[in-house]
Parts: sequence; C-alpha cells; structure tokens
Amino acid sequence: MSAGATHVGQPHSAKDVAASRAQSLHTSMFVRMLLRAAVLRRGRAASALFAMVVAASVATAMLNLYVDVQAKLRREFRNYGANIILVGKGGASLPEGALAQASSVIAGRGVVAPFALVVARTSDGQPIVVAGTDFERVRQLDRWWSVSNWPSTPQQALVGVRAMSVVSPKNQAFDLEFQGHTIHVAPAGTVQTGAAEDSRVYLALPDFVSWTGVQPSTIEVAATGSPEEIAGIMHQLEQAIPGADVRPVRQIMEGEARVLGKTRATLLAAAALIILTAALCVLSTLMGWVFDRRRDFAIMKALGASDRLLNGFFAAEAAALGATGALIGFVLGVGIAAWIGRVNFHAAVMPRFSILPVVLAGSMVVTLISAILPISLLRRVQPAVILRGE
Amino acid sequence: MFVRLVYESFRRQKRRKLLAGAAITLGVTVATAMIAVATDIGDKINRELRTIGANLVVTPQEDTLDVEIGGVNLKPPSDGAFLNEADLPKIKGTFWHNNITAFAPMLPVNATLQRDGKTENLTLLGTYFAKPVAFGKEEFSTGVRSTYPWWRVTGAWPDDSSHDVLLGERLAAKLSAKAGDSLTISRQQSRVSGILSTGGAEDDEVVAPIALAQEILGRPGAVRRVYVSALTKPEDALARRDPKSLSGPIYDRWYCSPYPQSIAFQLQEAIPHSHAEQIRQVAQNEGAVLTRIEGLIFLVTLAALFASALAVSAAMATAIFERRAEVGLMKALGAGRMAVASVFFAEATLLALIGGFVGFAAGGMLARQIGRSIFDSRISISPVLLPVILAIAVIVTFAGSAAAIRKAVGLDPVFALRGEL
Repeated sequence: MSAGATHVGQPHSAKDVAASRAQSLHTSMFVRMLLRAAVLRRGRAASALFAMVVAASVATAMLNLYVDVQAKLRREFRNYGANIILVGKGGASLPEGALAQASSVIAGRGVVAPFALVVARTSDGQPIVVAGTDFERVRQLDRWWSVSNWPSTPQQALVGVRAMSVVSPKNQAFDLEFQGHTIHVAPAGTVQTGAAEDSRVYLALPDFVSWTGVQPSTIEVAATGSPEEIAGIMHQLEQAIPGADVRPVRQIMEGEARVLGKTRATLLAAAALIILTAALCVLSTLMGWVFDRRRDFAIMKALGASDRLLNGFFAAEAAALGATGALIGFVLGVGIAAWIGRVNFHAAVMPRFSILPVVLAGSMVVTLISAILPISLLRRVQPAVILRGE
Repeated sequence: MFVRLVYESFRRQKRRKLLAGAAITLGVTVATAMIAVATDIGDKINRELRTIGANLVVTPQEDTLDVEIGGVNLKPPSDGAFLNEADLPKIKGTFWHNNITAFAPMLPVNATLQRDGKTENLTLLGTYFAKPVAFGKEEFSTGVRSTYPWWRVTGAWPDDSSHDVLLGERLAAKLSAKAGDSLTISRQQSRVSGILSTGGAEDDEVVAPIALAQEILGRPGAVRRVYVSALTKPEDALARRDPKSLSGPIYDRWYCSPYPQSIAFQLQEAIPHSHAEQIRQVAQNEGAVLTRIEGLIFLVTLAALFASALAVSAAMATAIFERRAEVGLMKALGAGRMAVASVFFAEATLLALIGGFVGFAAGGMLARQIGRSIFDSRISISPVLLPVILAIAVIVTFAGSAAAIRKAVGLDPVFALRGEL
C-alpha cells in the first residue's frame, strides 16, 4: 500500500484548513505539496504510518479488551452456579407458582432451578435426604457436577456417590419411603461434587411431588450481569414472590468482585504501559521524519512562506497521517481483540465503536506533538543555515 | 581507532544517544514489568480466588451419610466416624504444605439453648476461628477467618480457647440476643461475643470453638470434617488420571504437581483413616477462571513485548538514519562495509546493555509497584531473568538497527555527503 493512496482520503480536512487561509490557487498547491511529499518519500512516510498503525491498533485492542473483559469473566464466574437463593420464609415451602414467577423475572438473564428436600428412609430404615429437582435446569446451573449419566425418564434417580453404597450397592432399583408412601426408582447414574450432594438422592420434580406432596422450598438462581443489575434482579424477585426470602450467595459475589477488580486493574496497568510505549514509538519515528525534511521547510521559508502557513502545512500532514493511521489501526486492533477473545475466552470480543473517537483523538494529539516540536525548533534557525546543511 | 570512534560518538552525541538509550530503557522496563506480572499473576489470582472458600474437604473414611437439610442435622450426633483433631497439624507436613493457605475443622452437634425459661433446639458448629497450631518448628494460625473471608462478625471474634460463641444473625434476631449476652447451651455457660452473618446456613446456627462442641458431644478430639484451602493448578488430562494406574516417572509428576487431586491424595496419606476430595464447585471453576486470566495476561504481555521491541527498533532506525553524513565521510576515507557496520553494531550493543540494565531495575520496581497497589503483595522478579532480558534487548536493538545499518552501509558516499538522500 503506497502512502500516497492513504492521503487521498484526507484532503477534505486539509482543504478546509487551507481554504480559510488562502485563495483557491494556493489551496491546490497546498494539497499537491501534501500529496507529493508523501509519494516522493514513500519509505519514510510508510514507516511513520506503520508506527502509527501499530500504536493505534495496540491501543484499540487494549481498550476493547479492557471494556469487554469484565463481561467475559462474569460468564466464567456464572459457572460457579447460583448467586441468588430464594427460600420460603421461616422454613416453609415456597408458594405455588414461585418457580414460574422467578423464571419470568429472570427471563433469559440467567438460569433458575427449583429444589425440594425431604428426609426419607431406605428399605432397611436408614434416613437419607431425597431431593426433587429439574434435571435440565440443574445441568445448566451446576456445571461442576460430575454426573455419570443424567436421568431421562420418570422413576429414574440420580444418586450421590456416597448415597449409592447405601441405597443401591449393586446398581439395582430401590425403594424409598416417606410418611407411609413408597416410591420405587432405578438409579440412572451417580453424581459427585465433594459436597452435600454426594449423600443425596435426586428425583425429577413431578415424581417427587406426587410421592411426597412437598413443594420446592428453595430456588437457586444464577443471574448474569453487573452487581447493580443483580441487585435489581433481587429486588424484582422480592416484589414478585412476597413469600420468599431472597438471599445473595455472598462468597460467590464477593469472590467474583475481587477477582474481576484485580484483573481489570492489572489489565489497565498493562494497557497504560503498552499505549505509552506505542505513543513514544510514534513520537520518535515522526520526529525523525519531520527533522528529515528540514530542507523542504527551509526552501518553503526561503520562498516566502509565512510561519502560519508552514505550521498549517506540517500540522495538516501530521493530522492526515494520524487519522489514517488511527483508522487502519482501529480496524486491526478490533481484529486483534476479537482474536484474543476467541483464543482465550472462546467468544468474540465485540468491537466498541465508542473507542474510535478516543483512539482518533489520541493519535492526532501524538502526531501533532511530534510534528510541532521539531518545527518550533527549526523555526528559530535561518533557512540559509539549513540549506547549507549545517 | 575503532574504540575511539565508538567512544567519541557517545561523548559528542550525548543528546541522540540519550534518546535512543531512553527508548531502549523504556522498552526493557515495560517488558520486564509485564513478564514479572505475567509469571506471578496465576499465584496472585489464585489467592484472590481463595476468598470463594475451601476447595478440598477431608472426611472420615468410614463416614455415614450426611442427613442434613439447610444446615440442620437430622442424624443422631454421636453417629458415624470422626477424625482426630491431633492429626490436623500433619496437614502442614505434606509435600504441598506451602500451597495450603488455611484449613478449618468442623464439628456440627445438636444442642439445646436455654434462655428466658424457653428451650430451643439448634445446631452448634464447632470450629477454629484463628487458632495457633504448631507442626514441628513451624507455627501458624488457621481457621474460618482465613478459609471463609466473607464471614462478617458484628462484635468480636471469639477466642479459640474460650467458651465464647458467635450467633448466626437470623438465630440472633429470633432470640433477640446481642453481643455480650450470656447463654446456657446444653448446660455449658457461654457468652455471645458477636453476631455472625454469612448468607448461608450458619446464619441459623451457633458457631463455637471446637472444644465446646466436643464437650457437648462428649467426645474430646473429635472432628467431623476438615475444609482445606489450597493453591492449586488448573486440572489437565494428567490430573484426571487415577494415581494407581500411573507408573514411575508419570506418577512422580502427578504427585509433584499441585493438582486438586494430588493435594487431596496427600492429605489422605497424612491424616489416618481419612478420605479427601475436591469440592468440585470451587476447585473446578477456579481452574477455568485461572486459565482464562493467565491466558489473557500472557497475550497482553506478548503485545507489550511487541510494542517495546517496535519502540526500540524505531528509535535505533531514526538514530542511524540521522548519521548518513558520518557514514559518507567514513566511506570516503576508505572504510569498508564491515568497518562501518561494526561501529554501528558496537554502539547498538553498548546502548542495549546499558538500557537493559537500567530498564531491568526500573521494570523490577514497576512490577513491585503494580503488585503493591493492585494485589497488596510483592511481585518480585528473579535475577535469573536478567541475562534473558539483556539478550532480548541486544537482539531487538540489533534487529531494529539492521535495516537502517544495511541502508547506511550501502550509501554512496558522494550522495550521502551532499545530503541528497
């Protein structure tokens, strides 16, 4: 890609600047000088543009990641399961329809799973905790459950690894008894979690309710979103189901907030360092480029160009370079961020167009500084001295 | 002559050398700081993740089923097997004792509480709060205050050697009790030192020093289970294999990696008649979170290295480009390509070494600053990295200069001296 071509897209701003200062004859000369300068010194212009593109793309990628990483990590944290728990007030069962209401409040913002618990007895009289739940929902909510085979038909049970040796040591069907009612179930598979689930037997909720007559006493909710959004969801749940105590699962929420905060802070520090380095790289390249053209500068001055025109010329050039570099860099940076998202989080990082003005403005500022600095040094020098090569 | 050329170049062009040196120093600083952060981030985030709670649990081998719903134990309390409290310090004697940040034994017992003539049945949970424990010469303090940092107490934490207890907040509201009240729990006199809020089942319980629970149960030294918080490595294919099926060297590698499985295995070896396993909710997910964050910082570090390499290259290219006239003069006086190139490469090496040293020191300080302000702990960089960083600095500086030097060497002295290039 020739540097000249990249300048073609930009004559409007340069034209505008120049139009306010000069007549039409001068305007076309101004634009021609801008373009020819870039075309004739293709190599140097290209290396300056390259530095600009790299800096802008790195800045874009870092800012994009910084904005998006929170959402990406929150998704990882939702694998920890429920962050909100609904229980019946005073240990009672939840009112009927609570699950439907909770589901309608969440409406795609997370997963809801009901749990009903009783202590039943095995055929040899041992007490055991039996739970009724919705296996499809639990599968999404509690992804860490290590399950050998999920029950798929009625009258099948998911048995905790430790409960297995008590109720069904030979993997045979077994009876459970609760308040005189008996249910005959076949073990579909085992569940291992390292926690209380290992000592329980899980049944599908319809089986459980028709056997015991006990409605769910707990609804676990894994809600997605920022802490404010989750507080809002909790408030809505309280309003919708007055008979329930809505509690946050504090260790999950606090752990999540801490880890997210620290990760973002680390990323911010890294982004600041990287952007600073990239900006300095642009600064040194561009200053070299402008210094290199002190002869052009001296000839223009010797031919009678005013300080204002010279400043305008170099500023317009720098601005054009900055804008072009920033635009190309933005596209590249979005690509890099998306790639990092895919590689690391298995989900694309969405381009944030709100970053574009920031990157654009930042690039312009850096390029203008790196153009104006050498110019203000050169201005003090007589053109004759420069032209003699001293 | 060669040495003098290089020396004079540094003496006479202080400004230019300073600029190029500054670029190298900055590049090395950023690279060093990011490498230090990237190598330490796993450990730091792992410690933050420990706030979610213990990731391993040790239970008696012959344990009966837990029959508890919502923290209320429905089983006769003396039922089942127990671990021996005297064995617990051995946890710190395992191979991975440095990775075990804390542990807390638990002994839930059924108790009765007399207050204002009324009797209340409730669960009393005996545990360590911050108990000093000694293993060999090592002294450390452990308990729920380290394993469950989200537990909040209004009032004071009880002393582990006293009979003071914490009341769960819902229980306290039901009893309208407050910190400082005296209670009789299963004929033991005790004092409420604070009100506990956890958001979990403990809010309905009494939490007491483990000795009190053992007295109520009548079994000194009994522990129902032990929760262990350990820094672990994300699980991989090797971690999931059964240690019994592994042979010699692979078994050693499995045993000497801090997988949740291998730490559990060693806990089981250390405590007689015990069974240890990972709490999958905590252990599995922290592996995932850790992998993601480490991966992210690794990629960002690559970006930082790339950006600093570029900055160094750009600075060197500019510095050499500005010295065309000098090259022209040298060549006009009869210097060969090799002579010109070697002067520039010698200068680049010198700059890279100086910049590398200063940058390494500055980067170390920057990393420490990042560690202190973000993680409240040190991020240190090992001196072993110094030669690596110096080598990288020299290579990058060379690579950055190479194109410019080649161009300078190829210059026609006539044009170069007339400044027409």
